[in-house]
Amino acid sequence: MGIFVGKNSKVVVQGITGKQATFHTKVMLEYGTNVVAGVTPGKAGEKVLGQVPVFNTVQDAVDETGANVSVIYVPARFAADSICEGVDAGLDLIVCITEHIPVLDMIRVRRFMQGKNTKLIGPNCPGILTVDECRLGLIPTYIHKKGHVGVVSRSGTLTYEVTYQLTMAGIGQTTAVGIGGDPIKGIDFIEVLDAFNQDDDTLAVMLIGEIGGTAEEEAAAWVKANMKKPVIGFISGRQAPPGKRMGHAGAIISGGKGTAADKIRALNDAGIEVADTVAHMGETAVQVLKKAGLYEQCHTC
Amino acid sequence: MNIHEYQSKQILKSYGVNVPNGNAAFSPEEAARIAKDLGTPVVVVKAQIHAGGRGKAGGVKLAHNIDDVKFYASELLGKTLVTKQTGPEGKQVNRLLIEAGSDIAKEYYLSFVIDRKTAQVVMMGSEAGGMEIEEVAEETPEKIFKEFIDPVIGLMPFQTRRMAYRMHFKPEVLGKVTKLMTCLYNAFIGKDCSLAEINPLVVTKQNDVIALDAKLNFDDSGLFRHPDIEALRDESEEDPKERAAAKAALSYVNLGGDVACMVNGAGLAMATVDIIKFYGGEPANFLDVGGDSTVEKIAEAFRIMQSDDQVHGVFVNIFGGINKCDVIAAGIVEAAKVVGLRVPVVVRLDGTNVEKGRQILVDAQVPEVIMAPKMEDGAKLIVELAAKKAAELTANA
Repeated sequence: MGIFVGKNSKVVVQGITGKQATFHTKVMLEYGTNVVAGVTPGKAGEKVLGQVPVFNTVQDAVDETGANVSVIYVPARFAADSICEGVDAGLDLIVCITEHIPVLDMIRVRRFMQGKNTKLIGPNCPGILTVDECRLGLIPTYIHKKGHVGVVSRSGTLTYEVTYQLTMAGIGQTTAVGIGGDPIKGIDFIEVLDAFNQDDDTLAVMLIGEIGGTAEEEAAAWVKANMKKPVIGFISGRQAPPGKRMGHAGAIISGGKGTAADKIRALNDAGIEVADTVAHMGETAVQVLKKAGLYEQCHTC
Repeated sequence: MNIHEYQSKQILKSYGVNVPNGNAAFSPEEAARIAKDLGTPVVVVKAQIHAGGRGKAGGVKLAHNIDDVKFYASELLGKTLVTKQTGPEGKQVNRLLIEAGSDIAKEYYLSFVIDRKTAQVVMMGSEAGGMEIEEVAEETPEKIFKEFIDPVIGLMPFQTRRMAYRMHFKPEVLGKVTKLMTCLYNAFIGKDCSLAEINPLVVTKQNDVIALDAKLNFDDSGLFRHPDIEALRDESEEDPKERAAAKAALSYVNLGGDVACMVNGAGLAMATVDIIKFYGGEPANFLDVGGDSTVEKIAEAFRIMQSDDQVHGVFVNIFGGINKCDVIAAGIVEAAKVVGLRVPVVVRLDGTNVEKGRQILVDAQVPEVIMAPKMEDGAKLIVELAAKKAAELTANA
């Protein structure tokens, strides 16, 4: 089970003939992901890795193969257009890995998506992985073990770090979602929490936030009102100075808003335990699961 | 990316925004010449640095004759200005804006920013001009008005009218105000801005509407389509280490402490800064080497971290995803060879190719490099070793 993607997802890779895309297509296939098509304009008829057919447009790929999910590895100046192409072709889900898409481009993309049914994960994200079923993006596969904890994070490496800590502690996962580090993006914490809340396999959720914006505060309020499962938190950027961009385009404290202290307070107020340091994320999860009487069930590996 | 006020005003002028007459000066003589050409009874001498709060810090002077202009220009040029936004070290003034004085009747606030929540550009206006908008938001939020802009339609005339009425402009200037709003929006969109702020926007006693101060920030990701903006970059305003890092495609922020760190990924890099502080250390920097590290990039990162006497220890915290631990390890060994390590380096490696990476470090036998099996232990150890190193240096001095 898990959320958003699984065995039944039929995947098209946008920009598949690029070096990074081809490399990750190989990893996806090895993980068992059902990659049915690729798109690179002008390269229709080619086959990538000797097996994935390439099409000129996403619409062609959808018409020919029934693809319903895409992953985008396209340079920043073309990526907004690629997202819109996928939305227009009626895909259920698009995952955009690309970093450095201009903010005004993303604003237009979000407007284009209004009233349509496509979900967007990213941009500037590591993608999504449902354990032993489907991998879209960059997430290393070997750190994952099957289990009952969902992971959602704004940061790529912290997605890997927390997953690794969970696995080392014997806590397997359902799905890991990297929602990305940009200020204007697709789905946010709440949509992912909502999906985990409805997923029978997921018994608890690990939420990794960072400075900038107010998504963590909104997620905290949503959890307090709706979440039926324990959530464990971590926030990076406690020492970040105001006005400085900390690597991610969206990781900036502006006008006194978006500090780690505010976010941690909001999570705590919603009854969410927040790990004190990055080294204690897995440990904190174990404690919370034990307290909730879920440890035995979640100790799957 | 930031630019100077005078550069912002030139851009806004090209979009039809009314700004005071003026020009940039790099010497007192130039300042005097510009003031003479302006020929106005009052001339404003404004320090040009990439930080706000200049007025309160003595960076803005009113001159009533050419000798005053020269005097103030000599005083300000070369001076280090400490404002609320510069930090205690301040910023040196290398440029001035010499500008015609305005006969101010009333001050207002106007800006365009990105609203993350609605994924739209928002126009913000307030009658409380000249104050910091954060203060207004804190104390009297009801005095700030917002118009959210549909990216396809753009800023509509009714929105500019509604804003102008709410801000209580008098009828005589409404047309000028709404035109200025539209011009400012066009500049924001035309140049991929992340902020366009006029504070104060003034109405003069002659009923002119003027952008008395102007601040434009640009979306770094949009700069590829604006080489004209990139050309305005003033490198003397940027931290030299941050500049060197940007050139090497590293993401670096100087934090002023003495425990440096080198990390892959922005989230883990922030969290590493936090854990150094948690165990009692003072973080020297945020440094993300990115997802596609090479041996050369790692060596360059060490060069930057050790480029002055600030640092007493380095914590390398790597979780290899796309990055491979063996490449990072080879980079550390290379850095030891070509850059030289003069402080203790604690290395925590996990993830892709971790065994290979650890073996490379064991084989290389670099005396400064100490392996930490776990992140927590590594953080504690580097804080301890950096303190020891600092004490050693003090004792020797």
